Amino acid sequence: MVAFAGYEMPVRYDSIIAEHHCVRENVGVFDISHMGEFLVEGGRALDLLRSILTNDPEGLKVGKAMYSCMTNEQGGIVDDLVVYQIDTEKYMLVVNAANIDKGVNWISQKNTMGANLKNVSDDMGLLAIQGPNATQLLENLTDVPLADIPFYHFTIGSICSIADVIISATGYTGSGGFELYCKSEDLNTLWNNIFEEGKSLKVKPIGLAARDTLRLEKGYCLYGNDIDDTTSPIEAGLGWVTKFNHPFTASSILKIQKDKGSRSKLVGFEMLEKSIPRKGYPILDENGYEVGHVTSGNLSPSTGKHIGMGYVQTALSKPETKIYIGIRKEKIVAKVVKLPFL
Amino acid sequence: MTILDDLKYSKDHEWVRMEANVATIGITDFAQSELGDIVYIEVEAVGEILETGDIFGSVEAVKAVSDLFLPVSGKILEFNEAINDSPDKVNRDPYGEGWIIKVEIETKENVSNLLSAESYKELIGA
Repeated sequence: MVAFAGYEMPVRYDSIIAEHHCVRENVGVFDISHMGEFLVEGGRALDLLRSILTNDPEGLKVGKAMYSCMTNEQGGIVDDLVVYQIDTEKYMLVVNAANIDKGVNWISQKNTMGANLKNVSDDMGLLAIQGPNATQLLENLTDVPLADIPFYHFTIGSICSIADVIISATGYTGSGGFELYCKSEDLNTLWNNIFEEGKSLKVKPIGLAARDTLRLEKGYCLYGNDIDDTTSPIEAGLGWVTKFNHPFTASSILKIQKDKGSRSKLVGFEMLEKSIPRKGYPILDENGYEVGHVTSGNLSPSTGKHIGMGYVQTALSKPETKIYIGIRKEKIVAKVVKLPFL
Repeated sequence: MTILDDLKYSKDHEWVRMEANVATIGITDFAQSELGDIVYIEVEAVGEILETGDIFGSVEAVKAVSDLFLPVSGKILEFNEAINDSPDKVNRDPYGEGWIIKVEIETKENVSNLLSAESYKELIGA
């Protein structure tokens, strides 16, 4: 167990690699109740969201979810989040645990239009059921036709006889599956029922460490590693959720960055020699000059390769470019590769 | 948790098996279980003469990288090449096939500071 954003979190239950493969090939269950949830409601809810989010919530409809960044005045990322449209004038924002307080303060400050904002993080539990067998695991526990929920859509229904669970076809593993939002007091029942049902499938509980290797292989950014208050969505490769059809915080700065190109870029790279890159290691050019830094890195359990992400000067961001990672006084060669790794 | 009675231990979670003046060294069952899946073990000190407490290599696990500290001073004779190909040997059999290096030591004093199995059990609360 490890302290993470004020929660006691399991790093691993078993072997990290075994947990990783269990999600890629079968199905695994994550207790990610530490994630934060905010409700934004009322006639001005959409106005508020449009003014703070880089992606355009106008494109949502009831039952649909969307990934977005929320930017600060300098164009840095306050948080990355998933927005669910629950009802006509009701949205749920799912934010990173470490950013709950910062997010509430930020949105409150921006809420000059008077939308209702409520932090319901403590009232909600969240399990992620991820992997190709997720539907098979859950289908006997609910009447909701799970296979009919398209990716990044959700249904509110009953599962394990617990009413009003948000059953969402989303996740952070790239292996498909569902995220189930329930009331905190229902979480144990949900967990126990799923593991009882999952015995024959050999479902495993999955810890934070495998969550990290799973998302890394898919090139998903982790807040606090790959993105933070000082990195922009453009640099981070999140231009696809940065839509300039609406004004939002620092949109004019980001538009210029997008048109002119940013000075640095988040890239994926693969080690060409045996060595694991870790967060904070310097990225060097062939002459040994520092040109960036590693933000995430590990063994890719699915490919056996040693992979990482990091910021480099834009000139060095093209796939196949040779870069070097400073690993404990040594300079180890790597090459830039296209994301995702898998 | 396996802690073998006939071995000596360091507070850095290495074990030492003495045979004449050669010490075989590895990491303990406790260390491998804390580290989790080991990806590779790097030792570049073969042939060097090092002091007790010197770093002789590193263990790269999925979770983190950790330095390996030499529990006895002496000349690094050999690195277990078999764990290059299958580092999981260190996870599966830390006191056997998963040994890491052999060290030639000069005097008996070298090993007198090491912990007995009993003291090591106390250290890790086993």
